[in-house]
Amino acid sequence: MKALKLTVAALVASAAFAGAAAARDQVQVAGSSTVLPYAKIVAETFGETFPDFKTPVVESGGSSAGLKEFCKGVGEDTIDIANSSRKIKDSEIEACKAAGVTEIQEVKIGYDGIVFATDAGNADLALKPEHLYKALAAEVVVDGKLVANPYKKWSEVDASLPDAEIAAYIPGEKHGTREVFEEKILAAGCKAEGALDVIKAAISDEKAAAKKCVAVRKDGMAVDIDGDYTETLARIASNKSGIGVFGLSFYENNADKLKVATVDGVVPSTETIASGEYPVSRPLFFYVKKAHMGVVPGLKEYVEFFIDDQMIGPDSPLAQYGLVAAPDAEREEIRKAFEAGNML
Amino acid sequence: MTELATPTVRVSTRPAESRRDIGIKRRYAAERRFRAYGISAIVLGLFFLAVLLSTVIKNGYTAFQQTTITLPIEFSEKVIDPKNERATDPKQLMTANYPLLVRDALVKQLGLDATKRPLVKQATDMVSASARTQLRDIVVADPSVIGKTIPVTLLAEANIDSAFKGQIDLSVDESKRKVKDRQVAWMNQLADAGVLKKSFNTGIFSFGASSRPEAAGVGVALVGSLYMMLIVLVLSLPIGVAASIYLEEFAPKNRLTDLIEVNINNLAAVPSIVYGLLGLAVFVNFAGMPRSAALVGGFVLTLMTLPTIIIATRAALKAVPPSIRSAALGLGASKMQTIFHHVLPLAMPGILTGTIIGLAHALGETAPLLLIGMVAFVVDYPGSPMEPSTALPVQIYMWANEAERAFVERTSGAIIILLIFLVFMNLGAILLRRRFERRW
Repeated sequence: MKALKLTVAALVASAAFAGAAAARDQVQVAGSSTVLPYAKIVAETFGETFPDFKTPVVESGGSSAGLKEFCKGVGEDTIDIANSSRKIKDSEIEACKAAGVTEIQEVKIGYDGIVFATDAGNADLALKPEHLYKALAAEVVVDGKLVANPYKKWSEVDASLPDAEIAAYIPGEKHGTREVFEEKILAAGCKAEGALDVIKAAISDEKAAAKKCVAVRKDGMAVDIDGDYTETLARIASNKSGIGVFGLSFYENNADKLKVATVDGVVPSTETIASGEYPVSRPLFFYVKKAHMGVVPGLKEYVEFFIDDQMIGPDSPLAQYGLVAAPDAEREEIRKAFEAGNML
Repeated sequence: MTELATPTVRVSTRPAESRRDIGIKRRYAAERRFRAYGISAIVLGLFFLAVLLSTVIKNGYTAFQQTTITLPIEFSEKVIDPKNERATDPKQLMTANYPLLVRDALVKQLGLDATKRPLVKQATDMVSASARTQLRDIVVADPSVIGKTIPVTLLAEANIDSAFKGQIDLSVDESKRKVKDRQVAWMNQLADAGVLKKSFNTGIFSFGASSRPEAAGVGVALVGSLYMMLIVLVLSLPIGVAASIYLEEFAPKNRLTDLIEVNINNLAAVPSIVYGLLGLAVFVNFAGMPRSAALVGGFVLTLMTLPTIIIATRAALKAVPPSIRSAALGLGASKMQTIFHHVLPLAMPGILTGTIIGLAHALGETAPLLLIGMVAFVVDYPGSPMEPSTALPVQIYMWANEAERAFVERTSGAIIILLIFLVFMNLGAILLRRRFERRW
């Protein structure tokens, strides 16, 4: 009973102390699960390299959730950095401004490649955006008319593809990757296939037509994966003929289990993505609150450490994990922009 | 007479007997069927439990072993402190090039040509990058080691660890795996020399989160979970018991108390993420408590556990026979005395069971912690519940999403640790219950 009383007293005391808690002494980061592994490596190395600062805390949860948290306001109980696998939207900047977060610095850290892969035991696969569009779109053009997707097998889409039922595991709507997939694959395929013109002829509204292009079939042949790439990997393992969408770094860590497909004849690799040959990639960002700089210890140092070549350069640990480093000139520009304090 | 009587007896008894037979058979059959259902339900449950446990243990037991490389490290002054400044500049020891020490030792051990850089790089890649901090800590703790050669046990890099445990298919083409043929040859060479071996992985219990699987552990998560469990216990037990004693023994039975009761029952069934939303809005945003802190997590889990405890406690109080109350009142005890001297001790086993079930439930929750920022990568141990930490189930969730092969076994390893925790909690519940039951 005495012990209980003591614990209660200690707890009340610590709770009271919380109100008067001094400045937060470590950087807090939240956001994209794609950026998470990179941010973790940087945070860990930062903690080891700068023993004076605590290791930053990196939360996962997705780009949108991270930016929402980021835009809650300025102060110690809000996060300092939001990781994002897409550019911040205008509406989010507005929300930030409304909450008093007026000074946001955008930092690009490099590029992420998106690859298509199937089980390691399958034959080589050469995909084109048109193939994926025809296999996965809700409506496709047959004989000049728009009809509900009739294809059941990959070989019906294109003779070069395997004679197997269509099964594709694509990122769910909440993923930043989905946007890239829609833009770089479905929309591109829609255009290349000539479907866009047919749709435009039917609907005059440009936006609605573009939307129709990226609508994915709902008959179970395209499966939305709302979890992480581990789930996609498990789906591929149970359905060997399925095709899954992965990040380049995830694929490279599991290259013994997966066979990667070429897109437009290009094998995805850090080199082909950096050069722009491989078409499906996207930039990765994080956003920093300028108002927290100098207040939260280590924030400025963390950002500077992150964009240093020893972290995002071509031979860095991040590049080894699968980040596609930005070209030399662009990295120099990123550093200059941060140094100058350029804001959105 | 008998010859005549027998048929009449038969005639008169047969319908009655057969009628009784039909009833008994039917009821026996029903009982047998019910027993069969019950046994099959238990067998089904046991089957799934066995499948679950066996997959978890099969995948996870290797996580408790870690491949280590013991090398004689020469703490050369030339590398650590070339200008002999450590007396005046303590930073010198923090920033020294410790990986070089590992490289030199490894080159010597393997008999490599130190000038062939790509070769040496491949060799040093076999040792975890955490060697830097490990050696630094040794030197900072005791600077007198500088100039000496001491055998140090370093962690092997995660892919070497996986390969040594046979988890990487080495028949796959070399370009498609993370472990190169040359590294495998070195690995075998070191293993033959007795330098590289598997040993018990204490790191999985003591390390914080890490992006390097070999240096990742549930240490921070264990501390975070412990803080939260303490907070939940200390807050929810007194509040829950007080609320249920009042509702059960003192409160008048009217519309209002009925409404409260319905609400408590409803709250027990509310999805836990709702408590996370509430915690974010009230504790973090309104009260300004820190994000990712075990304190907020404890508060949120307290809210979640309270209804469970109140319901269990009320049931336990109700189960105390009214004769006890009447006897105590009859002997002149006040209502307070009746409750605290007689009813509550009798209800204690039930209350404790409910509390521990509630705690075990709270221990396994991740959803409410997501929104208050506890699903996070936390490297440093939290010194107090105010500092960022994670929880055991969160660590499992985060490891399950990792790309590296070595995290697969660690995920299952962490599940085993969580299960052991739960077993101990339930054992504690049983022991406490026994003790309290014996008193009465």
